[in-house]
Amino acid sequence: MSTFKFDLDREVVIPKLVPNPSDYLMIAGLGGTARDTTRLTKAGSNLYTLGGAMGAAASMGLGLALARPDKKVLVVTGDGELLMSLGTLATIAVLNPPNLSIICVDNGHYGETGYQVSHTGRGVNLEEIAIGAGIKVTATVQDDSQVANGAKVVAHDKDSSFVLLRISTKESSPIKRNLNAADCRIIFRKALLG
Amino acid sequence: MNKTVGTWQEQLWDLLRQNEVEIFGYVPDAGHKHLINQAIADPKVHDVSLTNEMEGIGLCCGANLGGKKAVLLMQSSGVGNTINLLSLVKLGNFPFLTLVTMRGNFGEGNPWQFPMGQGTQAALEAMGVICLPVWTEEDVIPTVEAAITMAYKSGNAVAVLLTQRLIGAKEF
Repeated sequence: MSTFKFDLDREVVIPKLVPNPSDYLMIAGLGGTARDTTRLTKAGSNLYTLGGAMGAAASMGLGLALARPDKKVLVVTGDGELLMSLGTLATIAVLNPPNLSIICVDNGHYGETGYQVSHTGRGVNLEEIAIGAGIKVTATVQDDSQVANGAKVVAHDKDSSFVLLRISTKESSPIKRNLNAADCRIIFRKALLG
Repeated sequence: MNKTVGTWQEQLWDLLRQNEVEIFGYVPDAGHKHLINQAIADPKVHDVSLTNEMEGIGLCCGANLGGKKAVLLMQSSGVGNTINLLSLVKLGNFPFLTLVTMRGNFGEGNPWQFPMGQGTQAALEAMGVICLPVWTEEDVIPTVEAAITMAYKSGNAVAVLLTQRLIGAKEF
């Protein structure tokens, strides 16, 4: 059984953490975070979402941040996906690209596969792991009083930053998105590179 | 590529830089030592030490989204760590270049290296990566030049396999 009980609604709080989504190049993981960011950006061409290749979001964000130091890059990933690639937090911390921010949307469960409890639902704290990896600027947002600080950490542009967003188990509502990864690559690059 | 002086390792660095490769992702390996050291020393490129080769797939694809060229340097044993993430390369039609130093190959003395070493090419090919093995020093530069063209001009995923015939088998 999970003791993971938080009240924040992802669809309400994510737009507060990222009030200006068009300011970012955005990479999202699969499942819930892909839907969250598709909604957030209105399926913008500044967003690349995964539908598989679980574990790639953070390292993709790193590659994009290194390639485009002139742009702010935001990775939005779930607890399950980040647990699969914890080493990437270490890789990011060592390089500390100032234009890279990560939001880990943590519902303590594997939402796409039947809501099995994840490791974070059994006590693993991903902000503490990020701090241990060496990420200099971090925050946890698990109630309304922490949202303003969380938004500041997301917007921080002197170091890589990490926000652990602990939310309720209410799912991200369905939204239509393009699952053709090649189309999405072309659309993203065309918008960015012309 | 006109330059023919220097060791093949030195020429390889020059070739990658002439082709504007700016991001070098790697998991340390003796066979890649020269490229890694050059990447660390050159302030114009990013040297990205990875904890796991799967990060290298995301790194290279993210770089492509940003309009930059990246290369992943890894050992054959690391190829196994990348397999599911190559879905991203394949489905997204990402250009992708990796240089793989082989183990479990010509003259290998550590039996633990054989399962992944012998499976490397089949595993990469199963995920749509074109493999170009190199057995001799004179073939290194022409092969990597071909791989660069196939990856960055034609949009393919290409692995150059640097065999133990070329780099030498580690003694045990």
